[in-house]
Amino acid sequence: MPTLTYREALNQALSEEMERDDRVMLMGEEVAEYDGAYKVSQGLLKKFGPKRVVDTPISESGFSGLAIGAAMYGLRPVVEFMTWSFSLVAYDQIINNAAQVRYMSGGQLSVPIVFRGSSGGGLQVGATHSHTPENWYANVPGLTVITPAFPDDAKGLLKSAIRSNNPVCFLENEKLYGYKDEVPEGEYLTEIGKARVCREGGDLTIVSNSGSTHRALNAAKQLEAEGISVEVIDLRTVKPLDFATIADSVVKTNRVLIVEENKPFAGWGAQVAYQIQRELFDDLDAPIHRLTSLDVPQPYSGKLEQAILPNEERVIAAVREALA
Amino acid sequence: MLLVRRFEEKARQAFTQAKIKGFCHLYNGQEAVAVGTISVLNDDDAVITAYRDHAHALVRGVDPKACMAELFGKITGCSRGKGGSMHFFGVEKHFYGGHGIVGSQIPLGTGLAYAQKYLGTNRVTLAYMGDGAINQGAVYESMNLAALWKLPVIYIVENNEYSMGTSVARSSAGDPLTKRAGAFDMAAIQANGMDVDDVRAKTFEAVSLARTESQPTLMEIRTYRYFGHSMSDPGHYRSKEEIASRRKTDPIELYKARLIEQKVATEEKLNAIDEEVQAIVQAAYDFAEASPEPEFETVFEDIFTPEDQIPEFRPDPRG
Ligand SMILES: Cc1ncc(C[n+]2csc(CCOP(=O)(O)OP(=O)(O)O)c2C)c(N)n1
Ligand SMILES: [Mg+2]
Repeated sequence: MPTLTYREALNQALSEEMERDDRVMLMGEEVAEYDGAYKVSQGLLKKFGPKRVVDTPISESGFSGLAIGAAMYGLRPVVEFMTWSFSLVAYDQIINNAAQVRYMSGGQLSVPIVFRGSSGGGLQVGATHSHTPENWYANVPGLTVITPAFPDDAKGLLKSAIRSNNPVCFLENEKLYGYKDEVPEGEYLTEIGKARVCREGGDLTIVSNSGSTHRALNAAKQLEAEGISVEVIDLRTVKPLDFATIADSVVKTNRVLIVEENKPFAGWGAQVAYQIQRELFDDLDAPIHRLTSLDVPQPYSGKLEQAILPNEERVIAAVREALA
Repeated sequence: MLLVRRFEEKARQAFTQAKIKGFCHLYNGQEAVAVGTISVLNDDDAVITAYRDHAHALVRGVDPKACMAELFGKITGCSRGKGGSMHFFGVEKHFYGGHGIVGSQIPLGTGLAYAQKYLGTNRVTLAYMGDGAINQGAVYESMNLAALWKLPVIYIVENNEYSMGTSVARSSAGDPLTKRAGAFDMAAIQANGMDVDDVRAKTFEAVSLARTESQPTLMEIRTYRYFGHSMSDPGHYRSKEEIASRRKTDPIELYKARLIEQKVATEEKLNAIDEEVQAIVQAAYDFAEASPEPEFETVFEDIFTPEDQIPEFRPDPRG
């Protein structure tokens, strides 16, 4: 199986889906002639031409709304936000229009659109540029929210997202673009709404997503040397949430740590914790632990930013506490 | 202009030494814009801009030491190490930031002018944006409000011909960009951003209109940036020849030659000024280097005002 970066895997998914269906097109800032701010769309302009790979002005509200309108009329647009932080300019379009127009029209319309782009902190770009807004979008009925952590899922989930007839928010992680792993060739689809057990273990279950899954896996590896066996579940899809996979694991380990980069208040982890206590109260040997970023805007200082993120050190400390 | 040029050169060097992280957008080539516009203001007029903000802060009088320290993420920085390159602030000097989201400072600048008028200050606001930012909807909502409510704001488009890798022709319908004021019956004026005297003269007109009649103006100042969009942009979208030819109209060289020709200054005098400026910038660098990093506890400060400080929401891992 070929080894690809997360970025290349996304590129392959876009390319294959555009080849398969000429209603699929890509639109966003610098996606065409610049080959993408993070090079996810590299080579696509050359391959598919300017009709299908479209550079936009810096008008997120305008081009997102336009793409939603085009989706209502039968196109299947993929809209790139240079980063998800900039999606806030288009928040009204995504929530009021993309997510709700089908419902409000009594099912007459559908909006087969994918909004995608990079997200996440840790790069010292300050508070305006470091959001992890998956929980903001997951709060909205009608939106599917995907946050792949590995190259194969990046490909398989993006292909599935493009084929979905519903609006999908697809949040990539800026720090993972260069991450390499094996990716199946050709037709490879990952089912939306299915979590992935990345590592089996018996003492404790970590539930995480995106970049946090990598922090969790690194922590689990270090803890293994001490004889602590951690199971790591990567959500892949934040919404719909695959609670069954989480439940199977919790029944086995009886202890849970949730790791998410979101700020703590009303992050998706709060929802997961709620469901676990509601359904599996008797299976728990300890309170559910939850590790998030601290409840502060993202600071620029590298020292401060590292300290507010759920870094490996904090994951390990939280695991120890959950097992104490 | 020299202070800005030398500061940016130093910042560029510090970025390559990894002392500055994140995004760092340099102003080289555009110096006459910040200097020509802000030098027309009174000390208590307001300035607000986007993320390419080092020059505006420096020209408005924010201490170069505090600016450099901010780039280094130090507690002595002009935003206490929390903002970084894109988010400089110096409210004491009436500099209202450094804003990272394209176009989002324009409603804010309009609001500063609204408050200036409301409070009867007779002050004005300069609100800067790039040629790419002009395509954000918030800009038009702001311009309509400013024209409708006669606000003392001057919108300044620093047209450096590119928004990242996209030329103006590929992003913006209608040339020149000043036409966009027409729909609001707003005054509009163009200036040559390579000529600081021209920028000053045109800004003076706009500021007078704002101060005496409380009317907004849209200014388009034609300029050029020498380096990449940010330090991480390789700049494949334009040729070396293009950059070289635009460097020939360098605003600092042009102004130097004019000063010498008009016998306002001698070459020696100008060189002495340059040396002085370089010493200021070196001192800023040394200060930034020597300054301490912020203490961890500072991460919780500055979220709420002290009198309304609500208890920190600091969950332990048990949630
Ligand atoms: C809402 C939003 N979209 C996209 C970006 C990413 N971005 C930062 S600067 C920039 C180009 C802006 O160009 P221009 O307005 O001409 O200003 P210049 O950089 O030339 O000073 C882009 C696309 C952003 N910061 N905010
Ligand atoms: Mg520009």
